[in-house]
Amino acid sequence: MSLSVKHLLGIKELQKQDIETIFKTADNFKQVLQRPIKKVPALRDTTVANIFFENSTRTRTSFELAEKRLGADVVNFSASASSVSKGETLIDTVNNILAMKVDMVVMRHSASGAPWFLAQHIDASIINAGDGVNEHPTQGLLDAFSMREKQGDLSGKTVAIIGDIMHSRVAMSNIYCLQKLGAKVIVSGPPTLIPKHIESMGVTVEYSVKKALQQCDIANVLRIQLERQHKPLFSSLREYALFYGVNKNMLDSLNKEILILHPGPINRGVEIDSDVADGHHSIILDQVENGVAIRMAVVYLLSGNREMPE
Amino acid sequence: MALSFIFDQIFQTLKTLLDQAQLQITLHRLAHQLVETHLDFSDTVIIGMQPRGVLFADRIVALLQQITGNTKIQYGRLDITFYRDDLDKGGALQAPAQTDISFSVDDKRVILVDDVLHTGRTIRAAMDALLDFGRPKEVELMTLIDRRFSRELPIQPDYVGQSVDTLFEQKVKVYWKEKEGNDEVVLVD
Repeated sequence: MSLSVKHLLGIKELQKQDIETIFKTADNFKQVLQRPIKKVPALRDTTVANIFFENSTRTRTSFELAEKRLGADVVNFSASASSVSKGETLIDTVNNILAMKVDMVVMRHSASGAPWFLAQHIDASIINAGDGVNEHPTQGLLDAFSMREKQGDLSGKTVAIIGDIMHSRVAMSNIYCLQKLGAKVIVSGPPTLIPKHIESMGVTVEYSVKKALQQCDIANVLRIQLERQHKPLFSSLREYALFYGVNKNMLDSLNKEILILHPGPINRGVEIDSDVADGHHSIILDQVENGVAIRMAVVYLLSGNREMPE
Repeated sequence: MALSFIFDQIFQTLKTLLDQAQLQITLHRLAHQLVETHLDFSDTVIIGMQPRGVLFADRIVALLQQITGNTKIQYGRLDITFYRDDLDKGGALQAPAQTDISFSVDDKRVILVDDVLHTGRTIRAAMDALLDFGRPKEVELMTLIDRRFSRELPIQPDYVGQSVDTLFEQKVKVYWKEKEGNDEVVLVD
């Protein structure tokens, strides 16, 4: 039982079998997390560095908890406090950390493709915790895992991804993951936030959020990433909320129950209303809980691929 | 001699350690031994080791229920994959099985049940795992087959079905009717 890859860079590179293996292992870790002692010593000989060149609270906390609950030693490293601001290159920074006998690197970087670049130059296993606007594989996995937990097998299901698709690495990882599991994906949002030619990924584009909700079993609502929008792509947050925000009236008007996910952090009242985010449709907190189990599974499974000293 | 060598190459040499009838007798004896020390099992719990020890434990628990009439004997299953000490030795990771212990082991008398005791490393891991579920009053070990003189750790069983002397390369296989279709214990060269 192991993955076909040495690193978790993106879901694009994973086989369906890998995703199944990760889910199965995550089920086991979820069980561990319900015990009085939420910890196993599986990785007591492993050191993991969490290198975050971009801000993050939940992903980093989730990774750190996952690593600690596997018994690994953890070092945290953030760009603001580091020598990166003194002009050191990415490879030098990471190699310096690895020289202190670190076995695995979890990295978030603002440049798309940074983990792939790093993987060509270092030996340690790398887990991508988000690179630019490209992928955020563990989020994609935990979203699909949470959906599957509530709705069973995802093949044949329709999932709508709603909001800022253009700037969202979560959207990319979700699309790859859901398609590999046999689900149909609709993307929805204002035309300025949906990349041109995204149909070539095999997804359906539906500019009306309401119509997208009517067609789907599950909706994953994404955050508007104002920090990545360098020019105005819609006129105001109020206008966005009015035309593209998911609210209770909209869900009530559907003659079916759908599942609502959001990868966080939530802009309440913008892409999603509070009564939806906190309502019975929402599994937002399940996602956070499952995040730790999924990350434990990924770290554990990749640790098995380490090359052993003779 | 050359001929028997070829014969061994083609046909694995099997030696039956316990046939179906003998296995039945052994299971009954072990169950009675447990009753002798634990009486009505009011503060005793049984923990079967995943994956194969559980098959053995299932049989023992069924017999105990018959003998004592107590149908509420607490019975859990323990998987030790994440507690192994050879995860860093480059071997392939094993698929974990379910751990299912739906009761507290605090102050309980615990009987760990596994089918074959060899190096003792599995039991070492099991004790580690068990302590994450509480602080038992005592822990005993029951094994169907004890491969004597091959221990790598100071661990000894309290209840033994049969002791056998084996070489390290040999394998002991325990077959169960529920899984393989027949009850038998064999030694494979």
